[in-house]
Amino acid sequence: MSTTQAPPTQRASLPLSAPRLPSWGPALVAVVAFAASGLLAMLLGWGIVPFAALTAVLFVVALPVWSAVVEGRRGAVDRLTTSLVWTSFVLAVVPLVWLMWTVVSNGLPAINAQFLTFDMRNVIGDDQGGIYHAIIGTLLITLAAAVISVPIGIFCAIYLVEYGKGTRLARWITFLVDVMTGIPSIVAGLFALALFVLIFGPQIRLGFGGSVALSLLMIPVVVRSTEEMLRLVPDDLREASYALGVPKWRTITKVVLPTSLGGIITGVMLAVARVIGETAPLLVIAGRTDSVNFNLFSERMTTLPVYIYYSFTQPGTVPFDAPPGTEAPGIERAWGAALVLIVIVMALNLIARLLGRIFAVKKG
Amino acid sequence: MTTTEREPEAVSPPTSSGDKIFAGLSKGAGLTILAALAAVFVFLAVEGVPGVNQEATTYAPLDAFFPYVARLLYGTVFAAIIALIIAVPFALGIALFISHYAPRAIATPMAFVIDLLAAVPSVVFGLWGARTLAGSLAPALGWLEDNLGFLPFFQGPASVTGRTVLTAGLVLAIMILPIITAICREIFKQTPRLHEEAALALGATRWEMIRYAVFPYARSGIVSAVMLGLGRALGETMAVAMVLSATPVFTLNMISNTNPATIASNIASSFAEATPAKLSALIATGLVLFAFTFAVNFAARAVVARSERKFAR
Repeated sequence: MSTTQAPPTQRASLPLSAPRLPSWGPALVAVVAFAASGLLAMLLGWGIVPFAALTAVLFVVALPVWSAVVEGRRGAVDRLTTSLVWTSFVLAVVPLVWLMWTVVSNGLPAINAQFLTFDMRNVIGDDQGGIYHAIIGTLLITLAAAVISVPIGIFCAIYLVEYGKGTRLARWITFLVDVMTGIPSIVAGLFALALFVLIFGPQIRLGFGGSVALSLLMIPVVVRSTEEMLRLVPDDLREASYALGVPKWRTITKVVLPTSLGGIITGVMLAVARVIGETAPLLVIAGRTDSVNFNLFSERMTTLPVYIYYSFTQPGTVPFDAPPGTEAPGIERAWGAALVLIVIVMALNLIARLLGRIFAVKKG
Repeated sequence: MTTTEREPEAVSPPTSSGDKIFAGLSKGAGLTILAALAAVFVFLAVEGVPGVNQEATTYAPLDAFFPYVARLLYGTVFAAIIALIIAVPFALGIALFISHYAPRAIATPMAFVIDLLAAVPSVVFGLWGARTLAGSLAPALGWLEDNLGFLPFFQGPASVTGRTVLTAGLVLAIMILPIITAICREIFKQTPRLHEEAALALGATRWEMIRYAVFPYARSGIVSAVMLGLGRALGETMAVAMVLSATPVFTLNMISNTNPATIASNIASSFAEATPAKLSALIATGLVLFAFTFAVNFAARAVVARSERKFAR
């Protein structure tokens, strides 16, 4: 009885919660924005891009305005940033999907057994040519780069974690390795060129030079990932080994490295995946040829990225009897090679991550 | 009393002669890296310094090295800044999305997708940018000229092929997005949980929590991530070389057919036909690029190192 007589002003002056939009509010605004811009797009005959842009803008404007009316300024700002963050997420997916779609849809028609097993020697006009020489070149040069950089990178990481911990030299190496990750790839190529030109004269082009350039880009990646993995190995393991009287280097080779092997392999494969797609250094030092070359130490060598670049810049001419709108033959080959390259890189990435998950260092 | 106390560092492993070899090998590997970095400078300098003083025709369409490299450096910085202006807001948004906004079921695959974007080779980005993106952007460039033509950036006449420095900047932005996002994401995640919960407990909205707890903690990390992205954009070659047909010029116009070349793209596109004189000039521009990116990366890493020390305390 007495509760009905409580003064209402007191209750109004002590609100326990501010008014909020209903939980289905954002969804409602999204639907309305979609419908409104859809209607406009249909009436004015717009394409998909202006339609999507208008939907996004309407949503980003309408939701904070509604929120400002109901929830006040702070709530509105929060709603605004939330919708901006979601929009940026959606927009970031667009280029990736678009790129993948373009490469796959343009590249698939180009790929057949001959494309993968023939080289470009004596291929004229729109004859069937292939990328066999480029695949061989890519594999050999990348393999040689890995052979150079994996030992150096792993030993350097061992120095940083096991021997040089805390010394001034180790701090400098860590710092400069970080700086090295930012070396432009073309500078690495020019370095290899300058080195080999000094030794062999100005006309020198060879596959091994490309390996040297790539290893300059690869070493910092290997060092960083290996270092991280070695740091994950618990000190208990090392100390247990020392307690048994095992010398330090045996501890490293028999205990520390096997424990972190999975992570190190992952890091190396990711590093390989990074350099296998490099174009600029190989363009400069490995040059370009139409034939298969198995010798890293003499003559030019084509790699897949360089092949793509030259097929794009010198696509050849469209045959005179081709239907209008036909692309020059080089363009189709470039898309086909791009698809092969992306498949290789993605496969390396996926395998590396899978291995990393399987062999992850067990903690605790 | 004091004899019973032990230094924690007193745990020293047994050593053997094999140890000396192994320690020497690993130290040698570390020194090799330093030597390689020094060698890059030395060899580029040896081959490049003669390139500063060649005949005037080497530097066509200009007639001396310094105006030539100044225009190229301008183009490099210009394209990189366009890329940064586009990429940084998106990178921050995506990093926040992954670290604070997304439900877990979306955040993990999204982080993976962004990493995949980083794995796409630059030559494929270049091919896509030149063949697909440029054509799709051409109408947008016309729109920019019609509506924003009063700004020096959009003076026009708009290129019909769409292969402009704005397109190249957009491709660069997509390429540097992953690295900026990855670093920002890690830093946002490291914000102390207690700071965030304290902010929320005081009644902050999610944005206010990010603004007053996450951003102050992450400020130096964001700066260095942006600078690393800048370093990447400055040195990127193929995307620019394939999208643009460029000349060394000073221009603010982003949508016309006259586009400023970058150092890296200029090397890639004029390398094949280069005479020895031109080659050394190109190597000299490469040295300038190296010094410039080295300085940017050095500064970025120094900022990170300083903030790491600050938070380690």
